[in-house]
Amino acid sequence: MTAALKVVRPGLFDTVQDHGRIGYMALGMPTAGAMDRVGLSLANALCGNLLGTAGLEIGVMGPDLLVEADSVRVALVGPLAPALIEAPDGAAKPIDSDRTHLLKRGQVLRVGMVEGSSTAYLAVAGGFALSPFMGSLSTYARAGVGGFHGRKLGEGDALPLVCDRAPAGEDKKLGKPFDYGSGPIRIVWGPQDDYFTERGRETFVTAEYRVSKEADRMGIRFEGPAIEHAKGADIISDGIGPGAIQVPGAGLPIVLLADRQTVGGYPKIATVASADLPRLGRLLPGHAVRFAPVPVEEAEALRRDQAARLKRAIADFQPARPPGGIDLARLYEENLIDGVVY
Amino acid sequence: MSVRYLSCGDTAFTIEFGNEISPEINARVMALHAAIGRARTAGELAGLVETVPTMRSLMVTYDPLETSRHTLEPAIEGMIEHGLAADSAGRDVAIPCCYDDPEFAPDLAEVAERTGKPTEQVIANHLASAFKVYVLGFMPGLAYIAGLDPSLVLPRRAEPRVRVPRSSVAIAMDMTTIYPFDSPGGWHLIGRTPLRMFDQRREQPVFLAPGDRLTFQRIDRPTFDGISREVEAGSFDWATLIREA
Repeated sequence: MTAALKVVRPGLFDTVQDHGRIGYMALGMPTAGAMDRVGLSLANALCGNLLGTAGLEIGVMGPDLLVEADSVRVALVGPLAPALIEAPDGAAKPIDSDRTHLLKRGQVLRVGMVEGSSTAYLAVAGGFALSPFMGSLSTYARAGVGGFHGRKLGEGDALPLVCDRAPAGEDKKLGKPFDYGSGPIRIVWGPQDDYFTERGRETFVTAEYRVSKEADRMGIRFEGPAIEHAKGADIISDGIGPGAIQVPGAGLPIVLLADRQTVGGYPKIATVASADLPRLGRLLPGHAVRFAPVPVEEAEALRRDQAARLKRAIADFQPARPPGGIDLARLYEENLIDGVVY
Repeated sequence: MSVRYLSCGDTAFTIEFGNEISPEINARVMALHAAIGRARTAGELAGLVETVPTMRSLMVTYDPLETSRHTLEPAIEGMIEHGLAADSAGRDVAIPCCYDDPEFAPDLAEVAERTGKPTEQVIANHLASAFKVYVLGFMPGLAYIAGLDPSLVLPRRAEPRVRVPRSSVAIAMDMTTIYPFDSPGGWHLIGRTPLRMFDQRREQPVFLAPGDRLTFQRIDRPTFDGISREVEAGSFDWATLIREA
């Protein structure tokens, strides 16, 4: 039987995502990929995977997953309400996120709600046994490609696993929660900041903008004061990079994210610094943000700094032992994995 | 003709060759797109991720952990100043299209009426148009194909359709397009191809590429059905449609 995680109750919007489908924008193919690249990378690193391995992006509420494998090591990363591991007899124990957990056949992982963020990540050691489409496992639901049959997970889906048994190793946890930063979202002016009046640009970087209900993997529509155009809201379509902030005629900014279209005809006043994209990937309707301009060199430096901090966070992983020291359950599991019986 | 470099954050920038739609400007875009492709094949421009051509600009994406705007922009400026060879790599592609079935061509009669010619002339002028794929986008595999015979130029429909069937061939303004998916659409539907512009079962899921030169080839309904069966079965030989330049 194929090792799998079986969805016994689906979440709201759970899709398989990696670091994106790179190299096909010229054919009109959006990159898709994880909304919070840092969260997925940490989940993978905890599992001992390469950082860009495909994991499950959990949107708002996660699924209940039945383990149909001898064992599986999962990492949950993100501000989840306590998830539960439920034994076949129905006994459930709460578990923490930002660490790995070893699950056995017949147990159910109840992921539950993401709190204060729109996304969290579940990685499995060894990854999912799915076929890449155009070099990536990222789900792009609008075209029905990538991930698990090109769509979010539904009831009864069996997400195939590469490993039938969790690879040997010990459970790990984050030393401390990753610092995504606070304060204004950093932006770089352009590509079409000249399509806005001085006053329009001033409004954009001084006012507070609130995430509207129209927020999904494609982008976030913000509510707040209108940004004044200088010469209309139409351009000859050009390329749309990650984090591009387009401002249609009504003057309200839309930040374009993972599932954004490749080209578009609205002027883009600015672009979010890539180091702040993971923060945007976690925003929920009602969250308020401000935008602050930085030069492109500073945005690049911010990204390099974030990569260095991610590296340090991974170097600082701690063993996840229960209070008191020895984890008998884990020792027992590892014996099984190694096939050694004492 | 001066070139503008536009910031798209710290992972991309756009090289704008002009702010109008013209074959000359697009030719420069495609020449740079091709030149960057060749340079990367030769192992140059480390950290450059991909390029996205449009009618009048080329977006370059890059990995700020491997390179920087400060490194890439002068390198690309140098390529432009050195002179770009005209990109002759485009393919000549013939797209079979059935204009005969009213289900396939619900707007043919209206286009004929609004342009003041018999439907057969509308079809003949579409067949005689020398098309070129300028840009793909909006949805995967959707091509903006310019070069429509000037006598057929019409604005988009006042009332867009909620659902345009996949593989519909449509015209609007000076362009034609082929819908890769069932989708909303405001263009005039004048025919349908048995081909699929996007098919994830194919090794190359998107059939058309920027720079392709296109003509349509008229087929009758039995031929349409025959090709359609082969396309659906995955046995259709796509190479028969292409003549490499």
